[in-house]
Amino acid sequence: MNKTWNNFIRGIIKENPVFVMLLGMCPTLGVTSTAFNGLGMGMATMFVLIMSNIVVSLIKPFIPDKVRIPAFIVVIASFVTIVEMLLEAYIPALYEQLGIFIPLIVVNCLILGRAEAFASKNNVLQSIIDGLGMGLGFTLALTALGVTREILGSGSIFSFNIFGENASMMILFILPPGAFLALAYLAALYNRFTIKN
Amino acid sequence: MEYILIIIAAVFVNNIVLNQFLGICPFLGVSKKVSTAVGMTGAVTFVMTLATLVTYLLHQYLLVPFELEYLRTISFILVIATLVQMVEIILKKISPALYRALGVFLPLITTNCAVLGVAILALGMQDTTLIKALVFAIANAIGFGLAIIVFSSIREYLDLVNIPKGMKGVPIALLVAGLLSLAFMGFIGIV
Amino acid sequence: MKKLESTFINMLISLTLVALVASVSLAYMNELTIGPKEAARKLKKLNAIKSVLPDITNDPFTEKMSFAVEGEKDSLDFYPGKNEAGMAGVAISTYTNKGYSGLIRLMVGFNMEGNIHNIAVLEQKETPGLGTKITTESYVAQYLGKNPGTYKMTPTKDGGEVNAITGATITTRAFNDAVQRAYDSFEKEKNQFNTEAQ
Repeated sequence: MNKTWNNFIRGIIKENPVFVMLLGMCPTLGVTSTAFNGLGMGMATMFVLIMSNIVVSLIKPFIPDKVRIPAFIVVIASFVTIVEMLLEAYIPALYEQLGIFIPLIVVNCLILGRAEAFASKNNVLQSIIDGLGMGLGFTLALTALGVTREILGSGSIFSFNIFGENASMMILFILPPGAFLALAYLAALYNRFTIKN
Repeated sequence: MEYILIIIAAVFVNNIVLNQFLGICPFLGVSKKVSTAVGMTGAVTFVMTLATLVTYLLHQYLLVPFELEYLRTISFILVIATLVQMVEIILKKISPALYRALGVFLPLITTNCAVLGVAILALGMQDTTLIKALVFAIANAIGFGLAIIVFSSIREYLDLVNIPKGMKGVPIALLVAGLLSLAFMGFIGIV
Repeated sequence: MKKLESTFINMLISLTLVALVASVSLAYMNELTIGPKEAARKLKKLNAIKSVLPDITNDPFTEKMSFAVEGEKDSLDFYPGKNEAGMAGVAISTYTNKGYSGLIRLMVGFNMEGNIHNIAVLEQKETPGLGTKITTESYVAQYLGKNPGTYKMTPTKDGGEVNAITGATITTRAFNDAVQRAYDSFEKEKNQFNTEAQ
């Protein structure tokens, strides 16, 4: 039980995909202009991560070593396509906001990385936990960045205005440079609190 | 001329790294030295152009006529993965030094969001033709190169400076990238 | 777990199987989601139509008419909006291919005199923070109430009256192009609607 718990918690703090392992930087910077987008992207990625971890864990015994990467890619790409279809059909608002970053989930090094490093070497249950932990860590990082940028840049949180309709905010934060700056300081903060430990 | 517009927009105004956020992983990962940055740019340019060419044709003559557009993501990424394999093999033979310098980052071009991203973006252009898509791809590769080479030259200087402990590594790199992105925003008025 | 040998035949079979299963599942999912996707698109269109016309009482879809545009292969869809007083206006689904990232679709609502009631952006892939500003109320506001017959729909730097978005001149021009296309078509076909007023 302890092993499972460690497995889970690892993806959130010690090996946080964004702040520690620097994986999935593109969507992290690209879709976090609002908290909703950050959360949505995180959850979409988590879905693909967990599902592909499950499938990879199940089929690994039947895949020859030399072709495992292409095989994993096909699995991951399939789930990404499924997410694409589901979002376009049932949550079109999010689909439009995330735009090109939805198909780009397939090149999120986090997912292929976990498939290769963990799911292919562990059983299904542990792979699910790993996917859950990493996915949650990723989602938390993206949502945190999204919340930060939205509050500073638009004065709202999940589209809920905090500072009143016409307050002038630091629009920079919803523009590209702001993404870099916000993440830089969040990462520095993260280091401050984890290096101390 | 339309092509000039595409090139200027792709290199400066909508810079693939500093504005569209594609290709961040290699941007942060391979930019510690200018020489590796240049090598990476060459490899990315080659793969990006070739990938856009193949995926465009694939989309135009296979996916669309057979109504298989939903296989776009999966087929595109497989094309890219294959191309990168080929580049690896060719590079190993032609320039083993560069091959070793790029190290693990060469296979990582497969997961470079910029390559897949540009391939998909090329499809969405106005009146896309093969030539336009290719110009778009090459222009974006140049934009990528511009960003990463400038960035790596700054980072080489950063090594010589005293940086607070919490900011070392990733945070300061992101901060510099943010300033670069801010600088590139100055190009906005061009188009 | 005994490792499977990487013989050529093993690699071929396993990859083919994976690809096959993937393709079949995706084809199935595609079938499943095609309906809801279409429904979502339709709902969005209906909301767009309602937002660009004054209050209407009819169902614009049942009375939709399409008109070809000279020299172009796509036609424009006209959605007449009626209320108790007769024709309230026409919402026209127009497009342009001249956006920075290609296609932009707009829904333009004209009242019967040709004044713009409102404009809604249906589809665009413009650069976030720059071109995407065409979806903001503050940008569209300058078009409201204007009649493209008298209002010069080009950016001020081209001698027109439209305040272009800084850094997104291409997008602004494209937006104007789409609205102009809708207006030209409206002027050409509007007589067909006056006679249908109850």
